[in-house]
Amino acid sequence: MLTVEHLHHAYIPEHVVTSNITFDVKAGEIVSIVGPSGCGKTTLLKALAGLLKPTGGTIRFQGKVVQGVPDGLAIVFQEYGRSLLPWTTVDGNIELPLRYQPITPAECRRRVAESLQAVDLSGFGERYPWQLSGGMQQRVAIARALAYQPKLLLMDEPFASVDAQTRADLEDLVAAVRDRFGITIVLVTHDIDESVYLSDRVIVLSRSPSSVLGQVNIELPRPRDQVKTKAMQQFVEKRSEIAQMIRRPVGSEPYC
Amino acid sequence: MSTEGIEIDRWHPRAFNAIQSFAVRYGLGIALVIVWEYAASKAGSIFFPPPSEILHRAVTLWLSGPPSRLFLSGSVFQDVIPSLLRLLGGWALAVLVGVPLGILIGRSRNLSDFLNPALQFLRAIPGPALIPVFIILLGTESTMRVTLIAFGCIWPVLLNTIEGTRTVDPVQLDTVKAFRIPRHARLWRIVLPAAMPKIFAGMRVSLSLAVILMVVSELVASTSGIGYRIQNAQIMFLLTDMWCGIVLLALIGYTLNWLFLKFEDRVLGWHRGARGRTATS
Repeated sequence: MLTVEHLHHAYIPEHVVTSNITFDVKAGEIVSIVGPSGCGKTTLLKALAGLLKPTGGTIRFQGKVVQGVPDGLAIVFQEYGRSLLPWTTVDGNIELPLRYQPITPAECRRRVAESLQAVDLSGFGERYPWQLSGGMQQRVAIARALAYQPKLLLMDEPFASVDAQTRADLEDLVAAVRDRFGITIVLVTHDIDESVYLSDRVIVLSRSPSSVLGQVNIELPRPRDQVKTKAMQQFVEKRSEIAQMIRRPVGSEPYC
Repeated sequence: MSTEGIEIDRWHPRAFNAIQSFAVRYGLGIALVIVWEYAASKAGSIFFPPPSEILHRAVTLWLSGPPSRLFLSGSVFQDVIPSLLRLLGGWALAVLVGVPLGILIGRSRNLSDFLNPALQFLRAIPGPALIPVFIILLGTESTMRVTLIAFGCIWPVLLNTIEGTRTVDPVQLDTVKAFRIPRHARLWRIVLPAAMPKIFAGMRVSLSLAVILMVVSELVASTSGIGYRIQNAQIMFLLTDMWCGIVLLALIGYTLNWLFLKFEDRVLGWHRGARGRTATS
């Protein structure tokens, strides 16, 4: 579905953000990318989305080399407050990308209603994003991505700006929509618990200039549960395995 | 203490609250008119007639027409309406040229680098200084006056539009790019709405500039208009008439600003809402 080979990016030649990243994502997987702050997670995600042209390496999406934003891809940003358009309603925000898709108005309305229902926000379509709480706004952003019916959903720290309870709810929501819509999800996070809880596989990046330190397969049973899954022996083991991987070596400078 | 406060509030009838808010809003204005009236009649100077006299004169000047013309007198059609048309025409022209030009310049780094020094230079020219030039080029009719108003008004609109279109949130732009919204639609759906609050701020500044420039343009080589009437009244020593014109200009400026704010509220309600929300949360 998605392959990344020897990805290298530097915003300025002296400052290499990612030096050599290689991994692939299979259809239907939820893959998390974790790593210390400043390791280029967001840069990597932007490159995957075709929003940024990397200085080296290749990215293939559905077999084709990514040059510019590919079709069949949606993205949810961390800053929901800036990514949702304040001058139009929730419905308007979800509809906007659909207007330029070859679908009928009836299909468009159906998708808006269905995606709002999937994030449990039916009846909020007429509201403006700024009239909703942070968690609800992020659900609108997820609904917008779902209505677009992407093959691949990219999420950049999607739950970093909401409170803990909302975060747990949103994590479960993402798992639920994956099961319902069968989309592939690549999620960038700095939260190890979240990555283990949500993913089929976790890709661990090193500090900048970053490369892949290792990949950890998570074989926890689904559907997962915030309390039960997190109490499982395997969850605890995987979590410490990842934590040890990204823990800074003794004597190195702090990374955050 | 606090329960007492609530108690007192409850005892206030609605009408009292209405009176209170009216007093807060207009109290100072009314007080100033009363002081002016008292001081002016006491002083008895012909240069400073009391407001009652100005009002009386204003009614004879502008509201003594036949009922078939809504009591508006000839002077309204000869001076006030032409003045308003020039003002609005010049301002509208500035908006119609300034906004599209501003979007074009704001969206293109190269064009903006290329035009910016020239624009800054032109902007520094005080509009009234160009009246002699405009008279040579355009004569002394309305065209000259409308052009002057438009020239003066275009700068706030143009510069705010450039600024507004240039500072669109990069996350919003990434969002529309990621959803493959075509280029032409990005302009209408993202760039323009995002720039709207700044564009409106420019339009409002321009509106008050338009009133000033309208008066200035009518002080030179004119035969009609409110500015012309004020100057003419002064020359003919009709000082009450002169004051009538000045008060009328204040009223026009105030009303235009009020109307514009109502319009802005309609178009930019989302902006106020979104800003209020982030300010409190």
